[in-house]
Amino acid sequence: MSETISANPDQKLPKDLAAEKGMVNVQIDGTWHQFPKGTRMIEAARQAGQILPHYCYHPKLSSPGSCRMCLVQMGMPPRPAPGTDPAYGDDGYQQINWMPRPVIACANTVAENMGIRTTGDIVESCRKGVMEFLLINHPLDCPICDQAGECRLQENSVSYGKGQSRFVDTKVKKPKNVDIGPRIRLDDERCIMCSRCIRFMDEVAGDPVLGFTQRGTHTTLTVHPDRLLDSNYSLNTADICPVGALTSNDFRFQMRVWFLKETPTIDVNCGTGTNITVWTRGNTVHRITPRQNDDVNSCWMPDSHRLNFHFIDDKTRFTEPLVKEDAQHLPTDWKSSLDTLAAKLKGADGSTTAIIASGRMTNEELFLTKQLAETLGTQHLSLVPRTGEDDGMLVAADRNPNTTGAKLILGTEDPFAKLDSIRDGVRSGTIKNLLVLGEDIITDAGFHFNDLAKLDLLVQSHTSANPTALAANLVLPAAAFTEKRGSMVNLTGRIQRLNRATEMPLDARDDWEIIRDITLAVTGAKKDTFLIEDVFKQLAAAVPEFADLNLSRIGDTGKPILDTGYQIPLLTNERARKAAGEITG
Amino acid sequence: MAVVKVKRPKLGFGEKIYLGALAKGFLITLKHALKSLAGKSIGADSLKSSGMGVTMQFPETRWDDQLPEYYRGAPTLVTDEQGRERCVSCQLCEFICPPKAIKIKPGEIPTDDPWAKVEKRPQEFDIDMTRCIYCGMCEEVCPEQAIYLRKDYLITGLSRAAMVHDKKKLYEIGGVRTGLVNKWNELK
Ligand code: SF4
Ligand code: SF4
Ligand code: SF4
Ligand code: SF4
Ligand code: FES
Repeated sequence: MSETISANPDQKLPKDLAAEKGMVNVQIDGTWHQFPKGTRMIEAARQAGQILPHYCYHPKLSSPGSCRMCLVQMGMPPRPAPGTDPAYGDDGYQQINWMPRPVIACANTVAENMGIRTTGDIVESCRKGVMEFLLINHPLDCPICDQAGECRLQENSVSYGKGQSRFVDTKVKKPKNVDIGPRIRLDDERCIMCSRCIRFMDEVAGDPVLGFTQRGTHTTLTVHPDRLLDSNYSLNTADICPVGALTSNDFRFQMRVWFLKETPTIDVNCGTGTNITVWTRGNTVHRITPRQNDDVNSCWMPDSHRLNFHFIDDKTRFTEPLVKEDAQHLPTDWKSSLDTLAAKLKGADGSTTAIIASGRMTNEELFLTKQLAETLGTQHLSLVPRTGEDDGMLVAADRNPNTTGAKLILGTEDPFAKLDSIRDGVRSGTIKNLLVLGEDIITDAGFHFNDLAKLDLLVQSHTSANPTALAANLVLPAAAFTEKRGSMVNLTGRIQRLNRATEMPLDARDDWEIIRDITLAVTGAKKDTFLIEDVFKQLAAAVPEFADLNLSRIGDTGKPILDTGYQIPLLTNERARKAAGEITG
Repeated sequence: MAVVKVKRPKLGFGEKIYLGALAKGFLITLKHALKSLAGKSIGADSLKSSGMGVTMQFPETRWDDQLPEYYRGAPTLVTDEQGRERCVSCQLCEFICPPKAIKIKPGEIPTDDPWAKVEKRPQEFDIDMTRCIYCGMCEEVCPEQAIYLRKDYLITGLSRAAMVHDKKKLYEIGGVRTGLVNKWNELK
């Protein structure tokens, strides 16, 4: 026997070194890597910098291995004959015997001394063949298909397609433009039968209403005959559908995706703080999609939150400050509105003044609100509670996105506590001046129009027309969540960042600037805070949980700053499935 | 390399005062002036001369029948032989247009429309002719053969707004084109 490493008992083989760490050695395209045992070949290739084309595989779903797009060539060391020892080469690895047929990379796991080829004749011709079969019956719909521009089938056609069809028979016709639910449209001709949508509805949404009927080339995706695809998570199926078979009714034919700019930010509809991407063209928000964050929302988001953005572009938006004169609201400018406000508040006794702020405010805004309350010398500061039903997945019972932040900044366990006393004070007449920031207190906090009529001064800052504004002496136009920067802390205690995707309409202003300007108008001091970063700096100095942070350090996926013990149910479920080996991601 | 010295030619007296050359030039001009008065300028016919010289009296006289088939005039939208709007508002032309002259608002075809199966067509389609550079990229990129550069080149208007061709105007200039796109015609 030749002199090999195995002949030297002092030197450990790569396989033993890897095994000590629970890893295995895998050769990908000629280079050796180490991966944890049980890693799928497709994930191993991804970590080695090779993204394999795939349709049916999704890290958060089970792997049926049905599309065959991820085929690669695999090799293993030869099995030693009985009674012989495996032979190791100079590098300490066994020789790899390549299999003549391909294997799917998405459902197979790596093994010691395995070889994977992601290129080469076999692999290339497999991809070409799979693509040709997928395109046999595919319609020429790209010009009218909303998926165009982000379609896996288009992308892989460019890389592995033939460009010309050899198929001479009539194409199989399937149902098109099918109404399968209130928010989703199905086009069966475009479906490539990857079953991602079926698995999502079954495994994640827990509402298995989708399934295949027929067989072979006639396989058709359908919804259960007695049901609709009406789950509050249905739009996620349009996100994960690799083609344009499932598309969103809301986004249908609104804009081609290649015109849209993506801004990473967070959802503000509940305490979960789902990470989202806002897709805009010019100053118009066209759609919102979830952004992966395995500590918050995985890859998903509820439809109700996703679609709550149309108000941003609505005619009911406030675009300039309004002042009430003789029961009529007239447009005015910022300077005179702030002057009016300051004149009324300056001499006022702090105990006759109250502030109702919002749990939808960012940390920076809440911090400035607290300062405003101190300036006005009032103890009457409360937020408006907003609760709903917890859906056991992502939607939290607390529909305020920043309750945790408010608790930290206002230094109280119950930032909503004083709402009742403020309401009573307004009714009994002890409170004369009321500042309402970002809330509609008639709709959401049990105030009546007649209560508010008793006030000397009612100022409201808000984005859009609402009942409280009707009663307000002064209405200040504020920014919507896609127009702001700032930070919020979600229910689990994770600080996350809002980024600006669109500009405010006309003369509207960012909320933190409105609060700063009210404070300055009352104190008469000179403006010295111009950047939201500076507000965060002051906040970080005042509240220990925010120390060492700034807006850029928060990053796009946030940072945990506190352990509240709150568990997001969907994540608990996902982690259990991962631990059980059902999913990989 | 050897240096070659070139000598300036020696000019004679006549050449020095160059009057002779001037007179020669005058004579040539005069010859053409007389020819043009007689209506005999070279190329007068093919250039549609109005009788004097080769000058074409535009706009009374036009050269339109001389425009080649590939002439790139105003971009327009066309309908097919069955009166269907060919454009499906895929917005590729809007994307490719170098000066961003095209603005499209896509829309859905109502289900009671005879062409409901096409699903999509433009609600609004504007081409700003103050921006268009007649490059023909829109025609080239269109997957539905719906936009063509026609031979119209006299695009004028008294305001910026009048220079924006809307969908109605574009179909008016564009007219009908036959053949080529058959995918929507088959029984579906
Ligand atoms: S699914 Fe993709 S390939 Fe098929 S029509 Fe739509 S964009 Fe084109
Ligand atoms: S509709 Fe989309 S996600 Fe569902 S099976 Fe077909 S291609 Fe896959
Ligand atoms: S001809 Fe060129 S510039 Fe004019 S509309 Fe078409 S693409 Fe735009
Ligand atoms: S490229 Fe053709 S089909 Fe697409 S929008 Fe332009 S004219 Fe219409
Ligand atoms: S991705 Fe592997 S078979 Fe579909």
